[in-house]
Amino acid sequence: MTTSKDDILNKLRNQSVPQRELPDLQSPELTKEWIVYPDPTAQFAEVLSGVGGECYPVKDIHEVNQKLSELSAFKEANKVCSQISDCGSPNVSIPEITDPHDFEDIDFAILPGEFAVAENGAVWITNDGGPARVLYFLAQHVTLLVPASAVVSNMPQAYERLAFAENSFGTFMSGPSKTADIEQSLVIGAHGARSLTVFLVEETFQTT
Amino acid sequence: MPSHPKLAAEFIQNKERAHWHDQSLWFVRSKRDKAAHQLPEWELLREQASQIKQYTVSQLPHLLEEFERNATARGVHVHWAKDATEHNEIVHGILKQHQVTRVVKSKSMLTEECHLNPYLERHGIEIIDTDLGERIVQLQNKPPSHIVMPAIHIKKEEIGELFHEKLGTEKGATDPQYLTEAARQHLRQKFIQAEAGITGVNFAIAETGGFVVCTNEGNADLGTSLNKLHIACMGIEKLIPRAGDLSVFLRLLARSATGQPITTYSSHFHGPAPGAEMHIVLLDNGRSEISGSDEFRRSLNCIRCAACMNTCPVYRRSGGYSYSNTVPGPIGSILGPARDPKANSTLPFACSLCGSCTDVCPVKIDLHHQLLTWRKEIRVKGFLPFSKRISMKMMSWMMQAPRLYRLTGKMARWIVPRLPRFLLYNRMNDWGKQRELPEFPKQSFREWMKQNHDNK
Amino acid sequence: MRVFIESSFRFNPLYELPAMAPRVGLFIPCYVDQLFPQVGIATLKILEHFGVDVDYPESQTCCGQPMANSGCTDDVAPLAKRFVEIFKSYDAVVCPSGSCVSMVTHHYDEYFKNDADYEALQAKTYEFCDYLTNVLGVTQLSGRFPHKVGLHQSCHGLRELRLASSSEVMGEPFGTARALLESIEGVEVTSLKRPDECCGFGGTFAVSEEAVSCMMGEDRVHDHEQAGTEVLTALDMSCLMHLNGIIRRQKKPIRVMHISEIFAECL
Repeated sequence: MTTSKDDILNKLRNQSVPQRELPDLQSPELTKEWIVYPDPTAQFAEVLSGVGGECYPVKDIHEVNQKLSELSAFKEANKVCSQISDCGSPNVSIPEITDPHDFEDIDFAILPGEFAVAENGAVWITNDGGPARVLYFLAQHVTLLVPASAVVSNMPQAYERLAFAENSFGTFMSGPSKTADIEQSLVIGAHGARSLTVFLVEETFQTT
Repeated sequence: MPSHPKLAAEFIQNKERAHWHDQSLWFVRSKRDKAAHQLPEWELLREQASQIKQYTVSQLPHLLEEFERNATARGVHVHWAKDATEHNEIVHGILKQHQVTRVVKSKSMLTEECHLNPYLERHGIEIIDTDLGERIVQLQNKPPSHIVMPAIHIKKEEIGELFHEKLGTEKGATDPQYLTEAARQHLRQKFIQAEAGITGVNFAIAETGGFVVCTNEGNADLGTSLNKLHIACMGIEKLIPRAGDLSVFLRLLARSATGQPITTYSSHFHGPAPGAEMHIVLLDNGRSEISGSDEFRRSLNCIRCAACMNTCPVYRRSGGYSYSNTVPGPIGSILGPARDPKANSTLPFACSLCGSCTDVCPVKIDLHHQLLTWRKEIRVKGFLPFSKRISMKMMSWMMQAPRLYRLTGKMARWIVPRLPRFLLYNRMNDWGKQRELPEFPKQSFREWMKQNHDNK
Repeated sequence: MRVFIESSFRFNPLYELPAMAPRVGLFIPCYVDQLFPQVGIATLKILEHFGVDVDYPESQTCCGQPMANSGCTDDVAPLAKRFVEIFKSYDAVVCPSGSCVSMVTHHYDEYFKNDADYEALQAKTYEFCDYLTNVLGVTQLSGRFPHKVGLHQSCHGLRELRLASSSEVMGEPFGTARALLESIEGVEVTSLKRPDECCGFGGTFAVSEEAVSCMMGEDRVHDHEQAGTEVLTALDMSCLMHLNGIIRRQKKPIRVMHISEIFAECL
């Protein structure tokens, strides 16, 4: 008796499908066509703003903290957590929480991003999928810190930096969550973050 | 099932509403145009995407096995389902094994195709659609009318009434912000309480065994990072060979669908989180058969962006429900007849063959050509109405006999101008319902030629 | 042959034809022959004005498009064979219709396998404006037509024959019909909200999906109204027949003319 897998694969193999070439996406002929911005950071900031996020290029963590203290979402936040050392004066400790449900009432989360993509205002974040992963989506407001030098122009450049062998989870986050499902009216803050702030930090920072 | 023309005519009876629907979707089409203009390499990207998908279909069995190997190595349980029934049984089986009764689901047209929700509900499992548009139609007990914007056909007043009844919002409230906030609170509880999360799959990567789920709302991620069981449902054609191919598709998908440069979240899953379980169900349900068809194979390129729907002048003016098919619009009018040509025989004709769909399709499916080819298939299979068949035969005979053609034309040009209006314009004359007939001239062109030109 | 023609005619639209001038077969759509003879007359007039030796083969009837669009390709086959027989010996075939030309050049494949006559005909069958511009090299039309002209982009000419850029495809804008119109003194081509949305004729679609067809047509007419169109024109009389049907029923003050009629009026 054959399995469904066998049935499906046999059915596919019995079809006559003409051969096709797989494009070589690394070929210089193609890669020279991809858009490159003269100032990727400025482009990133502009696009992010267009999708409802905010970008602040800063020098160091001290400046991040200063800027945070000006944000109303941060000021009004009850529960704050942070995966960045010396940043945000968190009152909730992330490593102590093992059940992601316990992050339900987090108002403000300060989290690391790996790099930013100018063409679409996205930040790549990745982790091992543990409990803290939910913070990117469950916290009411999310702030991402990204090294200022890690801004690429386009997605092909982004995928050159990506490898999937280690972490089980990664996502491109572009701005706060949103929906236009009610009469095409854009509403920011659907199920995920109500706001997304990205700091492009010049000096290296530590994650906890 | 009532035909598309019948349902479309009903939709249009509320002209104001039909205009509103048309304009809403045209707006999305124009956002797509703006976004495409931002990338000078747009047409090149479409070509690459088309070639990658065509390669994928040409190597599908091999790539599926590669995917299964790599996914399994990352700890994913891979299941194969021949058809919708088997798919539903597999999903239910996994949930039952884990004694799950509360499930949240992010948008998956595949689960709509399989009618998964009613199946699970029959087996005592609560399944909540968490995409706002899908939740709205779920609360109405209706299917989505558009594959990306499920509630595009519903006005905010209706949503306000619905939420007042089902979610306890203020009576008469219509502000989208207020209504969305209410849905946020309501669905947040569902996420918190859910014991499993079901998602669709936008792209599965053969090379790495991972897959990508794209949303704007974050509902797929909330649905899968709070509980310990993630079931992903995927059509076998959703495969791509390499992770690097995403650099093409993720640039095309959201721009084509809604005019955004990318969806808010494009989540890449490579195996379960620590302590959690991940399953993926690979569904055939007729796709393998399509792969063998030279004419329709390219419909498997589809990445379900709905750009074809947004641009289709017929879809915009008739609404998704007039197609009576899980997927409506141009692509749905190709996939539907593939599954059931008899029930869907009017769909390939719900088209003026304008070709706009083909020009917006990010993976360059020759949609309007496939729709035309489907008309031939419908005729060959015997589902064309007899009246149409016979009238075309008669017209062909007439056109093969120039004298008969000339005589018929001459008679028509003599009789029609002499008929009283009530004979010409009545229930029998569909052309004349909203249009005047052309003025029938005394002479045909060839009669004029004979008289004025050939004798010179 | 085409290169020769192009190089001879490109900069001298009012040339005198040498003895080996191309003989053009005039292909007049069946419904134009019977219902809109003025379009055929205008087309003939323009071609002869530019010195083309035009012949109108009497035995032509129909290219078979209505049958093909109904899926009745078995009823098309004899008509396709007839068409090739009638027109194969001409140097070029010219037709005042994008959809009929598209039928012959893009949708006759299945009736002819390795048929040299068909392949040759495919390469030399032209829509009227296409022939004027790209074969005769006409870029400038004389005369005056001081009107606001609304150009409806008939879909086959646009997206099958690619005679103009479509709004969906990214690239440099171009268009043979528009260029010819704008070369006429006094013409102002109006600016539409949706420059190339389908009119809704679609062949038998006009009747089988009457409600959608008429709503589409109505919307096109409104777009032209808001744009200030005085004269509505297109490459295809089928689109115009449908739009004019609506215009006359709703008694709108828009004059409908096939593009060949505008050119002929200017001469």
